[in-house]
This record gives sequence, C-alpha cells and structure tokens, in this order.
Amino acid sequence: MNEKVNAIINKYNGDRSQLVSVLQDIQAEYYYLPKEALFQVSETMGIPASRVYDVATFFRAFSLEPRGKHLINVCLGTACHVRGAARILENIERSLTIQRGGTTKDRRFTLETVNCMGCCAVGPAVKIDGEYFGHMSTDKVDGVLAKFE
Amino acid sequence: MSINTNEMLKKLRSKQDLEALQKELISGRKSDKALIAVCNGTACHPYGCTQVIETFKQQISQQGLQDKTELRITGCHGLCEKGPVVVIQPGDIFYQQVKLNDVPEILHETISKGKIVDRLLHADPITGSKIVHRHEIPFYRKQKRTILGNNTEINPVKIDDYIAIGGYIALAKALLDMTPEQIIEEIKRSGLRGRGGAGFPTGAKWESCRHAPGDIKYVIVNADEGDPGAYANEGLLSGNPHSVLEGLIIGAYAIGAHRGYVYVRNEYPLALANITTALNQAQQLGLLGEKILGSGFNFNVQITRGGGAFVCGESTALMASLEGKVGEPRAKYVHTVGKGLWDRPSNLNNVETWANVPIIINKGADWYRTLGTDGSKGTKIFSLVGKINNTGLVEIPMGITLRDIIYDIGGGIREGKKFKAVQTGGPSGGCLPESLLDLQVDFDELTKAGSMMGSGGMIVMDETTCMVDIAKYFLTFLEEESCGKCVPCREGIKRMRQILDDITEGKGNEEDIDLLERLSATLIDSSLCALGSTAPNPVITTIRYFKDEYEAHIKEKRCPAGVCKALIHYYIVNEKCPGCGLCVKACPQEAITFMGKKQPVVLDESKCIKCGACYDICKLEAIGIK
Amino acid sequence: MVTLTINELELKAEEGQTILQVARENGIDIPTLCHNEAIEPYGACRLCIVEISKGKRTRIVTSCLYPVEEGLVVKTDSPRVISNRKMILELLLARCSKNKVIRELASQAGIEQPSFKSEYLEDNDCIVCGLCVRACEQIVGVSAISLVNRGITKEPASPFLGPAADCIGCGSCYYICPTGAIKMEDRKDTRIIYNWKVEFKLKKCKVCGNYWAPEKQLTYIRKKWNLPEDFFETCPTCK
Repeated sequence: MNEKVNAIINKYNGDRSQLVSVLQDIQAEYYYLPKEALFQVSETMGIPASRVYDVATFFRAFSLEPRGKHLINVCLGTACHVRGAARILENIERSLTIQRGGTTKDRRFTLETVNCMGCCAVGPAVKIDGEYFGHMSTDKVDGVLAKFE
Repeated sequence: MSINTNEMLKKLRSKQDLEALQKELISGRKSDKALIAVCNGTACHPYGCTQVIETFKQQISQQGLQDKTELRITGCHGLCEKGPVVVIQPGDIFYQQVKLNDVPEILHETISKGKIVDRLLHADPITGSKIVHRHEIPFYRKQKRTILGNNTEINPVKIDDYIAIGGYIALAKALLDMTPEQIIEEIKRSGLRGRGGAGFPTGAKWESCRHAPGDIKYVIVNADEGDPGAYANEGLLSGNPHSVLEGLIIGAYAIGAHRGYVYVRNEYPLALANITTALNQAQQLGLLGEKILGSGFNFNVQITRGGGAFVCGESTALMASLEGKVGEPRAKYVHTVGKGLWDRPSNLNNVETWANVPIIINKGADWYRTLGTDGSKGTKIFSLVGKINNTGLVEIPMGITLRDIIYDIGGGIREGKKFKAVQTGGPSGGCLPESLLDLQVDFDELTKAGSMMGSGGMIVMDETTCMVDIAKYFLTFLEEESCGKCVPCREGIKRMRQILDDITEGKGNEEDIDLLERLSATLIDSSLCALGSTAPNPVITTIRYFKDEYEAHIKEKRCPAGVCKALIHYYIVNEKCPGCGLCVKACPQEAITFMGKKQPVVLDESKCIKCGACYDICKLEAIGIK
Repeated sequence: MVTLTINELELKAEEGQTILQVARENGIDIPTLCHNEAIEPYGACRLCIVEISKGKRTRIVTSCLYPVEEGLVVKTDSPRVISNRKMILELLLARCSKNKVIRELASQAGIEQPSFKSEYLEDNDCIVCGLCVRACEQIVGVSAISLVNRGITKEPASPFLGPAADCIGCGSCYYICPTGAIKMEDRKDTRIIYNWKVEFKLKKCKVCGNYWAPEKQLTYIRKKWNLPEDFFETCPTCK
C-alpha cells in the first residue's frame, strides 16, 4: 500500500492544497480510505492527522469503511424525487435489507444516494458501477440488481 | 485535416497563426459529405447512446460509406427526453429515440438515398404530424440557443472543431487588440450578470478584482453545480468545454490573474474528462501557458474535482476546498474579489457566465444587449425537468414567460396531468404556482416572486406532487448538506425538517406554520452563508402559494396529492381490476389476495406498507391512492 | 481612525478593528459564545449579531468579524437583533436542554422552554463552537483534534475517534470550552481527557512532590522554546 499511496502523493507533488484530490485517488484505488493510507498521507505530506480526518469525514465522496463490490447510486435529485425516486430507494433498501449508506453482508452491494447525476430526462434514475438505469420503477428493481453478481 | 493531439503540434504564436489554422480547418469541414451528429451527452447515456455510436461506426464501414459520411460525436443537443438523438446534415434532419437496429436503415435510406425514416421523426405534440427539420420542432423554435447551440457543431474533445466554428478568435481579439480595461468595460456594458444564482453584475465583479491590491490573483470556474435537478452546467461543460476555457482566459487577462482553477463537481465524470482534454489541447496549441498567442500574457489552469458537498458551490467554501481544507464558508464582509483563495483577490464565476464572455467579445456588448430584458441581458440555460413532456436542456432569451417555457418549449405536463407548480433556483429557490405562469423569466422577476434564478434547475410539478413534501424534501437535502458551522443553519434546518416530518405524518399542529415562519426569519437574517439564508425559500413559497395543502395536512390529516405515506391509502379500483394477479406477486407484504380470474383482488390495508410496488406494476390503473 | 455609532453613541475606532472589539472597549455588552480574544474570530454561534446600516440598507452581521467603517451605524439590541438572538438561544437550548451555561443564557433572554416538541429536545453539552479545535491549532500549535463530519453530526473529535496521538495534554481545550463539554480529570499522577481518549503521566515536582503538568506537554514546551532539560524539574510554585 505504501508504494501506491506514495505514487499518488507524488502525482500531486505532495502539495497540501491537493489533499482532496489525493484522497479521491486513494478512494478510487481501494474503494475506501484505509486508515493506514490516511496516516501515511498525514506523515508524508506534513498535514496533522486531525486535518486529514476532518476532510475525509466531510466529503461524501469518501468512505472510511470498505465498500461493496458494486456501488448503487440512487438519484434523489428533485426531478427524480418528483417522479417517485423515494419509493425506488425504499424498494432497494427492502430488497437488500440495508439502509442507504450501508453495505450488504456479503459485500456485494453498497447503497448510496446522489443528488442529481444529470439524467433527469430518464428519471427516476439509478446508476450501478457506472451503468445507468433510467425510468426505474419498483417492478424493475430486482431485475436490475440481478445483473450484478 | 484534423489535429491529432498525439502529434507534435505547432504552437499558435499570433492572431495570424490562429486565423490561418481556422481557415485550414474550415476548408477541411467543407465537403459534400453527409454529416451525422450523434449526441453523446450524459443524459443520453442511459439510453445507450454509446452503443448507437459504435453501431454507426461499424455500419458506416460495413456499408462502405466512409467517403460519403462524417460521424460527429457531440455533447448535449437539448431534447434529452427523446434520446438517443441524431441530426443529419444537409437538411437539418432530426431523428429521435434511435435504436441500434435503426442505424443500418438510417444509413441505407437517408444517407445513401436521401429518404426520410418516418418513424424516427419528432411528432408535433398537438397535431401529431411528423416534423423533419430540427429548427421546426416546437421545442427548439422558441429557444435562443446562443451558447448551447454550438454543442451540435462540435465534438467536445476536438479543439479543431471549436476553432473551425470561430473558437479562440475572441481570445485573440481580447489579448492582442484590447486592453484589460476595455474588456472589462465591454463586459460591464453588456449587462452580463452571474449565471450561478445571485446574478451579480459580472463586469463590476471583474473590475473590483482587478483593482484589489495584490499582484497575485486568481480566476475560478465554479462547476460545482449542486442543485438537485439542475444539469445545465454539465451539458455546457461537457458539450463545449473550450467555450468556458476561452472565457476564463479572457477574464484572467482582464483581471490580471495568471492562475485559474476549474472546480468540477465530483458527480460529473464526463464534464471532468472533457474539460481535462480541452485543457491539454489548449496547452499544446499555446492557448494556455506562456506568452499566449504571442502576447505577453501567461496563464495556467488547474482542474480540481469536488468531493461531494453541495456547500462547496458557495464561493468561500469552494476556495477552502481548493486550499485542501473542509468546505466551510466564511463571512463575506470582505469580499472574495478582495481576499479569496489564500487571502488573495479571486474572481469566481459560474460555468455559464464564463461561456458568455467569448460571444460578448466577438459580437460586442451592443449586440448582446439586444437579447433579454432591461435588467437581465442575454440568455439563460435551464434544465427543464420533472413532470414535463420535453425534458431537457433549454436556452431561452431572458424575458420569455414561464408559460412559454413549460408549454411551448416543454410541451406541457406529462401523462395529461395538470400543472401545479414550477420550482427554480434549487434548494435556494421557491415554488411558483399557476397564477404566476405569465411571469417573465429574469433575475429580478423571479426574486420578486419569492424564488430565484439559481444555476438553472427548473422543475415542473403536477397534481400528484405534494408541496408540503417538496418543502420537506429540500430541507432534508439541506440538512445533509449543511456544513454545520453555524447554529441557525445546522440547528434551524433540523428543527424545520422535524416540523415538516411531523406535518407529513399527520402529527402537525396549528402553531407549526408560525414556528416555521419564525425559524425562517432567523435563518434568513443570521446564517453564515447563503445555504442557510436561502434554505427557508422553499418553505416560505409553499406556505405562501399552497397554504391550503399545509392546512389539509395539519387540520384534516390529509394529503391532497396522495403522496405522504402516513396519510394515504392504497385501494383497488374494482371496476378496472381484471384479477390478473400481477400485483399479488409484486407485493412484498402479501397484503393482496387473489380472488380468482375476473374477480378484483382484495387489499388488506393493515398489511400495506405503501411501497408502491402494486401501483407500479399495474398497467390498467386498477390501483388507486387517496 | 474611524468614527461610527453604536446604540446612538458616537465612537472612535482604529481601522481593522471589529465592531465587537470597539463595543467591548466602550463597555457595550454583546453576548458571545464562540469568541475568544486569543483566537481568530470564527462566526459560528451567531450570538454576537448586530444590526448595521450604511445609508438605507440595514442588515444583520456578526460583530466579531465585521470590520468598522466610517459612518457605520450599529444597533446591538434592536427588535430584529433581539428576536434573532432569542431564536438562536432557543435552538441552542433545544440542543443542550440540560446544560447549565446554555440554560442560564436562555433564561437571561427570557426563554423558559424552546418552542420545539419536548420529544425532540437533546441533551448535548457541546455547541460545536470550535474553540477547542481552534485553540489547539492557533495557541498550542499541535492540531490534535478537529471538527469532523458535516452538518448535524459535526463535532470536535480525535482522528479516527481514537486516542489523539498529537495531544500534549495541556488542557487548553478544557479551559476554553464555554459550556463545559470537555471532561478532563487530574487523578493523582495521571491526567485524563476523556473526549480525546488520552491519558498523560503528570510531572512530579522535585521540591514539593506535587503532580502539576503532563510530562508530554512540558517536553513539547521545552523543545519548542529550546529550554534546558531540567527546566521543568520544579513546579512554578516552588520556583
């Protein structure tokens, strides 16, 4: 892990102002922010651990817990809300027996919400691992989830 | 001829270099080839536009049409409702909802034989007759696509397309023929106002920043479009990143900044990718970096991603984030044009504001002033979404009415329902009722009505939208997005949301509206930043214009729109139920019983959790909600 | 020099001063919670709000941060200020319904009960004023703690909610906290700061034998100011 994290830090020239970008790259690499990685960032970049931690907990892009294999993003933007997104979310929560923000026991899915992905035309919209599903309705949920093992 | 960014490119060292390149590229584009422009915008991705594009590539090759056809992959065309969208020149032929197996036919019939494929045409929403030409489609007719229109003319990741349509000529004019003061004067005269929400006069802002003491200054593009339901900035940044970049460089020169930042929302991967490509291409051609276009002006840009925080759309929070800190706003008693990023003069503007700059420099302030109203010049891009037929990105001249937008451009309310409200300005804006449909859209009119322009979200609501639920929705959103620094916002929004929760659950009481209003007054006056001070707007406007709905929820424990779960009942519409049993299978609670064929099913309300599964699966409208 | 008016009193002030500074210099009382003179003003609690007018426009600003201007007219107790302040205190009281300091402040402002349903009242001590974090950063210089999370769950905490490794046990956070939300205890030869999950061995005075300050803190000060090794062998009283 050491080497990968160092490479990321070097990519941004150890520039403290780029902390958010560094953390994003770490998040992309490991699907979450491992504690060890964050301590390494603190040491190497000369940022107090408390200041790495406050940034890690402030932004929704970051997860301090390992995420599931597949990331479900349910759009709760206003346009999707008005078209019934809340029911879709509830349905997925019920289907996977997790709450939003949670990960299934088998680590298959992590369920997150997002406030507008720019797919309002096909709302209610759900994105799983970069694949978009538009015009969602409760009867489509199980079929969509089944596509992701 | 096309610029391959892998080649060693010759840097443009003068206006003549640029003009020569432009001439070369224009002649390259002039051909008798047919042009097929396919939308690859974010909103078309869920429709599978990527596969459509791949299929076109394959089929063009297979049908041997390479010499007759050019395929252009573009950004958002605007009519997102009907994606995937294809426009063919010559003829301005508009095909919509193009599927993979339509592609061979399009090539075979339209490209090879010049025939129209009828079923792919857009139908006039009133007469039902098919329309061939894009410019005749009602959706496009009343728009003024000054900025967004260029999306269809270029591939956003090809700088040569942008230069061919006149890109960077404004930059050359600004850098080489104008002084910074002249540029600022032109922007001031144009009447351009910030397109991010507040509508502050852009020229005045640039001027303050230019005059602020200090040698090191910054210009920033705010592409952190966080309003849920707004993707206007996304369509522009991903569809025409160079237009934003060009505006930024001109602004930097006018202000005296040598470093710029583009802060892109984390949830916009396409916009991020495209602006990054644009930046690299501009650098290679010498449009960024040292001695741009042979002038003495140096300017570099850094692109940064947001971390997923709505509050970072606020300028001081954005700057804190750029400094590597949490996105906490600070008091703006000293403006950011005086002390911003690292306490240095910083000029931050929205994506759309920057994109308006090149056209003002090219065509002049006088021309720009012919568009719009007295107080609001130019055009505005909106994401027209919600319960509307023609969902998409629209660009309108300031001053047309909400009615024009919703009915003429938007094609009216979906599913034959009735208009109830339109929401603008995101969580900082308000919901406007039918009585205000003739409001002329501009900064001041929207503010007078209790809403605001915002960055461009325009969400249409119908009779099935509960306005109390909408107020609750926005407060729930803001509660999660509040940075938490100041008491009024952190604690006040929470309390307002709790009250609205109670009202929507039938636990509201008489004093609630008064308490909401008192809390609103404190948030407006005492919040640290605009997130808190505008948070009450959705609540205040819904109380102002839809008080009857609040009263129904509070006094009668009833939700007229049939939305608030605790106050509604699902029931079987016996006359419409043929006893097919689909809902029985769909119900997770086994609350519906099959009674035999041709017998309506029976719903046990005590087991019903109102999940909506039966409602969604029934295609015969045999499930009712009241 | 600048002339401004506060509550109809014409006052002189220096450029760069804040309204709060000028008010306090002149005996005008403005309540604060997140403010401390040794630390940069922050503007979080909003209690110090005042109503200002410049020409026709009036608005509410925090006096701790607003710089004085020539001709500024300030009202510290206008009806608008009072009603805003009251609601802010109600909100704080709803959050910290059993906290002595907050209850006292609220009571002084004439608030008996917050206007919110009793089932939603909370029992916190911390008002997230950030003084502990800011003192640790600006005065002590170790930044052992920070304000973590966002919004309603924002709170001062140690990294990863574990023991704050950079904490030197000086207790500045404890002393500066306006509501007593930091729990610190000196028990014989040990100091415990419960909030940051840290424990420190206290230094024993060579002369009187009393335990008087965390060894780690003393080491930090010695190193920072280049003091001799034996500098803190005797406690201040015995020196």
